[in-house]
Amino acid sequence: MSLAAIPQLAPALLDLPFREGYVWSIVYVSLYVSVTAVAVSTLVSVPVAVALGFAEFPGKGFVKSVINTGMGFPSVVVGLVVLFAVSNQGPLGSLELIFTREAMIMSQFVLATPPITAISLAAVDGVDDGVRDAARALGGTRIDAALVVLKEARYGIATAVLAGFGRAVSEVGSVLIVGGNITGPDGVSKTRTLTTAIQLEARQGQYETAMILGAVLVALVLTVNAVVVRFGDGGVNA
Amino acid sequence: MTIQRREFVAALSAAGIVGTAGCSSAGGGSGGSGGDGGTGGNETSDGGSASEAVGVAGETLTLTTTTSTYDTGLLDAIHTDFEEMYGVEVDAVAQGTGAALETARNGDSDIVMVHARGLEDEFLRNGYGVNRRDLMFNDFVIVGPESDPAGIQGTSSATEALTTIADAGASFVSRGDNSGTHTKELNLWEAAGTDPGGDWYQETGSGMGEALNIATQQGAYTLSDRGTYISQRSEIDLTILVQGPIEDGPETLANPYGVMAVNPGVHEDANYDLAMAYIGWITSPSVQASISEYRVDGEQLFFPRAVSEDPDFQQYVPEGWSGDSDDE
Repeated sequence: MSLAAIPQLAPALLDLPFREGYVWSIVYVSLYVSVTAVAVSTLVSVPVAVALGFAEFPGKGFVKSVINTGMGFPSVVVGLVVLFAVSNQGPLGSLELIFTREAMIMSQFVLATPPITAISLAAVDGVDDGVRDAARALGGTRIDAALVVLKEARYGIATAVLAGFGRAVSEVGSVLIVGGNITGPDGVSKTRTLTTAIQLEARQGQYETAMILGAVLVALVLTVNAVVVRFGDGGVNA
Repeated sequence: MTIQRREFVAALSAAGIVGTAGCSSAGGGSGGSGGDGGTGGNETSDGGSASEAVGVAGETLTLTTTTSTYDTGLLDAIHTDFEEMYGVEVDAVAQGTGAALETARNGDSDIVMVHARGLEDEFLRNGYGVNRRDLMFNDFVIVGPESDPAGIQGTSSATEALTTIADAGASFVSRGDNSGTHTKELNLWEAAGTDPGGDWYQETGSGMGEALNIATQQGAYTLSDRGTYISQRSEIDLTILVQGPIEDGPETLANPYGVMAVNPGVHEDANYDLAMAYIGWITSPSVQASISEYRVDGEQLFFPRAVSEDPDFQQYVPEGWSGDSDDE
């Protein structure tokens, strides 16, 4: 979208038939669910990527293939699997997670982890072996070496986190199934995200409102990317 | 409403207590929903000093329902009243009749509000649902392009109209999503003795609004509930060619909605108390009046059916069930 389109879009946003606070609440739920899921994914993925990057063992290539395959999991299938897990009859049924943000975080965690792991692993692999050897030669422990490699690989890892966030915030299949797209009668979202709100508008044939919510989603992803890139630059200058 | 004021105030103050309690307990047991529940309570906490907490206050009722009740805005319009009266939250999940019943079958909802009597009866017979009530009705209409290529306008029978469309090979858009409307459509084809298929018959697997849009773009016929058609009429290019019973059309196009609680004997953690409170509330004269007063574009979408002088025992049991028969 060109910049010239924005002024035309702005009044359209104000004129929307949405109740006050509706759009903000779905933006909040989108961010809450995706950021939490990506944060947890990152905490799992980066150590796994570093460990895999350092380790040499038979079958490493196979493990990598499995992770890469995970990047292509259809989100609807992930949603169904998480639904079976958290449904009343499922193994986690007693926790009553169905139609909650926690269930949505679970499914997005499953979706975001493979890309974050795979891209982080590529970044870690890409760090010159000399860096690690130098760290060890200077008397560093394995942890020190890992931290040095992480620092070198931080751009790649930032890219990985952004890719994971992009996947999480833009998918609609799984959050619709496990979250239920719920908004209270007061118009405050409980489990409705931007993507499921778009799906709801499209279901009703309200394609213009759906497009505007789509523009909000694109703006949101752009903002998050800009913030992360800016953060990364700060790291370079420091 | 004056009679209910005391209970209302009691519920408000109880909600206040529960809400405050929810905030003071660290974390909030049920995660994300816990925080929201607390907010609802706090807003009403200045209702006065409460004696003791009402049993259901602070709880959440999960209602699975069809897209037509939700997308027309009806549920949002009436649910605030229920939430305030009991100090609870209603999570309305709009899924389509087939999916709504399946979710309830898995024990993931407390109550269902759907519109396909055959599927409801199966749900009842299998023991998943209890305490069914007739709730409201509207009707289905057959819509199509104004040019009416198959020439069905003025047909007084829905099945005859469908046969005409099939014979002419005119485009027909089917929901194809196991929703109440889709079930109705399949029943009509069966009654017409026609097996729909071929290039002219398209299963879209989409919601009613989308199906209406697809029909507009392709100049096709489709079966729609009147409510969704009215709420979208201004944006689509389709006219009603065969009316439903509300406008003196054939009775076969009637669209009755029912409400049922999930059987706590099958799913013991179903919120049965609150489900029954909801059924009692939504079938009460005042809420039935609110349903009939609900307007979109100045038109009434739903006609209340729960309040009647005459007994209608068939609403409680699967259709055709008789106390004398041994078919159970």
